[in-house]
Amino acid sequence: MRLRNIWHLGVKELRGLWRDPAMLLLIVYAFSLSIYTESKAMPESLSNAAIAIVDEDRSMLSGRIVSAFTPPYFGAPRMITTSQMDRRMDEGLDTFALDIPPDFERDVLAGRNPAIQLNVDATRMTQAFTGSGYVQQIVTAEVAEFVAGHREDATPPVGLALRARYNPALEASWFGAVNSVIDAITMLSIILTGAALIREKEHGTVEHLLVMPVSAAEIMLSKIWSMGLVVLLASGFAITVVVQMALQVPIAGSVPLFVAAAALMLFATTSMGIFLATLAGTMPQFALLLMLVLLPLQVLSGGMTPRESMPEMIQAIMSLAPNTHFVILSQGVLFRGAGLDVVWPQFLALLATGGAMFWLALRQFRRFLG
Amino acid sequence: MTAAAPDSDPAAPVARLEGVGLRYGQTAALDEVTLQLPAGRMVGLIGPDGVGKSSLLSLLAGARVIQQGRIEVLGGDMGDARHRARICPRIAYMPQGLGRNLYQTLSVAENLDFFGRLFGHGPAERTRRIDALLAATGMSPFRDRPAAKLSGGMKQKLGLCCALIHDPDLLILDEPTTGVDPLSRRQFWDLIERIRRDRPAMSVIVATAYMEEAARFDWLVAMDGGRVLATGSPAELLERTGAEDLDAAFIALMPDSESRGHRAVAIPPRAPDGHEIAIEASHLTMRFGDFAAVDDVSFRIEKGEIFGFLGSNGCGKTTTMKMLTGLLEPSEGTARLFGAEIDPRDMEVRRRVGFMSQSFSLYSELTVRQNLELHARLFGMEPAAIRDRATRMIDRFGLQGVADDLPEALPLGIRQRLSLAVAMIHGPEILILDEPTSGVDPVARDDFWAILGELSRQDGVTIFVSTHFMNEAELCDRISLMHAGRVLVSDTAEAIMRAKDAATLDDAFVAYLQDAIGDEPVPAPLTDAPETAAPAGGWFSLRRMFSYSRLESLQLRRDPIRLTLALIGSLILMFVIGYGINMDVEDLSFAALDRDQTTTSRDYVLDIAGSRYFTEAPPLTGYDDMDARMRDGTLSLAIEIPPGFARDVARGAEVEIGAWIDGANPTRAETVLGYVQGMHGDWIARKARELHGDAALRGDFDLVTRFRYNPDVKSIVAMSPAVIPLLLLLIPAVLTTLSVVREKELGSIVNFYVTPVTRLEFLLGKQLPYVALAMLNFALLTALAIFAFRVPFTGSLTAFALAALLYVGATTAMGLLVSSFMRSQVAALFATVLVTMIPGAQYSGLLDPVSSLQGAGRAIGEIYPTTWFIIASRGAFSKGLGFQDFGTVYLALAAATPVILGLSVLLLRKQAK
Repeated sequence: MRLRNIWHLGVKELRGLWRDPAMLLLIVYAFSLSIYTESKAMPESLSNAAIAIVDEDRSMLSGRIVSAFTPPYFGAPRMITTSQMDRRMDEGLDTFALDIPPDFERDVLAGRNPAIQLNVDATRMTQAFTGSGYVQQIVTAEVAEFVAGHREDATPPVGLALRARYNPALEASWFGAVNSVIDAITMLSIILTGAALIREKEHGTVEHLLVMPVSAAEIMLSKIWSMGLVVLLASGFAITVVVQMALQVPIAGSVPLFVAAAALMLFATTSMGIFLATLAGTMPQFALLLMLVLLPLQVLSGGMTPRESMPEMIQAIMSLAPNTHFVILSQGVLFRGAGLDVVWPQFLALLATGGAMFWLALRQFRRFLG
Repeated sequence: MTAAAPDSDPAAPVARLEGVGLRYGQTAALDEVTLQLPAGRMVGLIGPDGVGKSSLLSLLAGARVIQQGRIEVLGGDMGDARHRARICPRIAYMPQGLGRNLYQTLSVAENLDFFGRLFGHGPAERTRRIDALLAATGMSPFRDRPAAKLSGGMKQKLGLCCALIHDPDLLILDEPTTGVDPLSRRQFWDLIERIRRDRPAMSVIVATAYMEEAARFDWLVAMDGGRVLATGSPAELLERTGAEDLDAAFIALMPDSESRGHRAVAIPPRAPDGHEIAIEASHLTMRFGDFAAVDDVSFRIEKGEIFGFLGSNGCGKTTTMKMLTGLLEPSEGTARLFGAEIDPRDMEVRRRVGFMSQSFSLYSELTVRQNLELHARLFGMEPAAIRDRATRMIDRFGLQGVADDLPEALPLGIRQRLSLAVAMIHGPEILILDEPTSGVDPVARDDFWAILGELSRQDGVTIFVSTHFMNEAELCDRISLMHAGRVLVSDTAEAIMRAKDAATLDDAFVAYLQDAIGDEPVPAPLTDAPETAAPAGGWFSLRRMFSYSRLESLQLRRDPIRLTLALIGSLILMFVIGYGINMDVEDLSFAALDRDQTTTSRDYVLDIAGSRYFTEAPPLTGYDDMDARMRDGTLSLAIEIPPGFARDVARGAEVEIGAWIDGANPTRAETVLGYVQGMHGDWIARKARELHGDAALRGDFDLVTRFRYNPDVKSIVAMSPAVIPLLLLLIPAVLTTLSVVREKELGSIVNFYVTPVTRLEFLLGKQLPYVALAMLNFALLTALAIFAFRVPFTGSLTAFALAALLYVGATTAMGLLVSSFMRSQVAALFATVLVTMIPGAQYSGLLDPVSSLQGAGRAIGEIYPTTWFIIASRGAFSKGLGFQDFGTVYLALAAATPVILGLSVLLLRKQAK
């Protein structure tokens, strides 16, 4: 294996990509506008939640409760009747419906412990829990304040000072932006190497390389470094320009450390792209394989939903995927400011998955060429 | 003849061109061509590749947009779409390349059937025509064989059958015999001859690079450099130039600058005897499955010898060459170079061999010099010597002046010289050339052979070359004829001709081939078609649409891997994602920094530790410990209880507990936040009750929370109905995109360009099979959700299925939309993933309701079909909804398909640009 061959073949790959304007345009889009739109669209975990209120009490207290639901957490509450409630929830118009019963105020003051009903559309999991927590807090606060004038305070004054570290306002777009960069890295690196290899195969141009004194490992490495470099540059741009500057996400840790990890991650994903291409015979087959791999990588790596909550089986399987480690590492480095002393296990894991992927891909690739 | 149009006047030309020009980027393919092509004749376009023959033919067929000038075919303007639509049923076009417009996985009969349907023939009519054509071409025994498994000659016969199925008045053939063995070539022209006898009114326009074929045509157009050199019958051209054969006549017709200095090649005889053996093959056999591509081939080639290899495409020549270069390991037998057995892993062998493959040996993205230098570097030449060597090769192969051009901009002849230069850059001792001159003009070909002669005789390079040209074969020291994986004969040209007592090498080979094949089936005459030619016009024909549907479903059925992946794959994805996306936060680790260490403080910590949401980690020792453990992500929550906590609580003094949450993943942090607040509140309430008894009840109320539709708040109940829409978006869209872009990339799109099928018929026809596949997928996914995941299904299944049908209509149409303007499969795949995966997973309410989204994402979400189908899916699964509730959803989904499909129709081009 000679480095010079790997270098020259890689330069050839780059020149080829340079002459494909559609592909370049898509790369630019994926790493700029697409990430920007995606994280701009991302709501705070409870934002503008649709709530409707049935006020059967029409008292001072119920009036206070209604006016307490304000943006940004809740949209302006819609006042509806009991009969409208079910239909509106069926159509998915409201996520929450609060039913304040008649004589609520009187019963509260009398210490009769009245019930107030909150209906939650539990198919919208992201908001169901947090939202009902907020509703509980808001109603409790209003009731407490209302009652305060009528009795001496009996509650122990134990405060709870809650602080979210690394993202004090819990802005979902911070993590979302980084996560979309990771998604773009995975998607692009697999497509660039894998689909390009299938194209060469369908057009019969791979063969030509084989009559030259170039080994399969050299061909593979040349594709890996050249396409990896493109994606690495694009992701460096996305992290600094799009995420830090345009989206104003503060990055606590070291960007170079993140980029170094991204390079390792790319080693794994580009190898994966080649591996998939060697399994598939034609482009449609490759496309289906791509879906089969890409979707779980994105959904189950811990970027979309917390990894701890997944079934053990899936956690175990996903620990073999480079994305999982990269997501953990990015969170640590970019938000918690973790250094190499903290994230070295993830670095090792990326190296291991990358190495394994490369070895598998190389074995398949040799068979594919022969 | 029956199909002869009433307006055809025998004296009128079949086509007229005025000032026609065509450019590809910077390169001019046609330059001010003005020409009249006579009707009812066999017109030949002669000249080398890249002189504009193919461009001219595709313009005549209406497959390409006219850039400049005016073209009339069959009495109307080809720039007018209505005229094209009117006459395209009267034109048949067979593009260049073996079986390029055929569908490789379809059988012979199925290919013909597809074309018959496109031209609107009924079932009985199709059967009759297919039988007649197959009988007439002797293809009847092969009617069920897939096109991919036909030999080159048979592919071309099939292509011709497909072209003739609708009784055209104008038959356009682009190099129909390139890459076909001499016998098949003869049979092909005999066939054309017979068809013309049966249908004398038919005009035929043929492009060819073989001058000996052109001699049989009625009227010739000699072309070079995008211009017409001369027109006239072969006799007239010979007479005008005073040449003996057309090759010579063509050279004489060429502008002086190109042909000056040309002389016929003659390669001096080799010095006799005493040569070492350079290449030795003994009993080489290559099997793919039970098919022997090369069967027991043996030969020896001496050093410095030029050894010619002849045979049709697919006869095993290329496979043999690959075994000699170590690209393929033979199943049996051995190949030796200079006495040493070839080891595919041995890089040294590759250094001694130069290889020039027929399809490709240049990188189109590199300039001439860059190509040479890259190869020199890959062969590990001294960096200092590379520039010099490249310059020497540029001089020797006459590439001065184009050294900084890209190969694509060069004429084929020069490109082939460059390929040879590239193959020679490292000074190999053996050259293996796979059809180096196909499509190259006679002058360039002679130049090329002069160089080969020099290499062989002066430098002692052993040359192993395959060719289709007999005059080239005659220049070789020895020739081998291959057929169906076997060598029929291997000897000098004279010996071969003598053995068969033939006047020409061509005749000798035909004789050998006939011996090998046995008797040809006697072709039946082409019986006259009864007048049933179906009306081909009309803006929409179900039959034409279904012909594409049938084609697509046949191809899908022949690709079981794709079919299985599409079905099983989505089930696996559903399984993984349905189980994997979990919103329930459990078992988060927390640790306490208890500076009080009293029963009260421990009580507080125990409250948290006892919940199912948190598990307690070893206590914190201080802030540094907290920092470190939160930074490496092992703690999601840290609690600090201040000193004197118990005392202050008992006294009712102000006291504060500190809680730190890891905010790196905000979604999870929000949930943790909610839990902590809730538990804190509960703890305080409990304490208050302990302290004050029932008096604390004043001001209390119960918030009764009803989690509707999903009372246990199980992720799987919430997620599976939303994952079905996501999967029915991604997979169908990608499949339809590729089904169209694939045709563009592989060339069969030309059938869409030149047949009466309209854009809507084409797109709808392509779409239907994938809608059916998606509905099958839908059924499987829904069954999986209900039976395996136990998600209760409470609504109307039929109402849900109707929504699904409308939805997959829209998602398959989205794939078509992307395909309508994308040209390469890679870019199309990437674009489709971009426009489906992100909006589908992020903007459509899969996790966050659309009402909570912001900005452009929300705007996309509101109109994106997936949003609507997620509402329908959750409604049907969890909310017990049916037809009467889906009004808006149906409306939104039903509107999507026509809009998206309409856009695709507008963007798709019916001609190449």
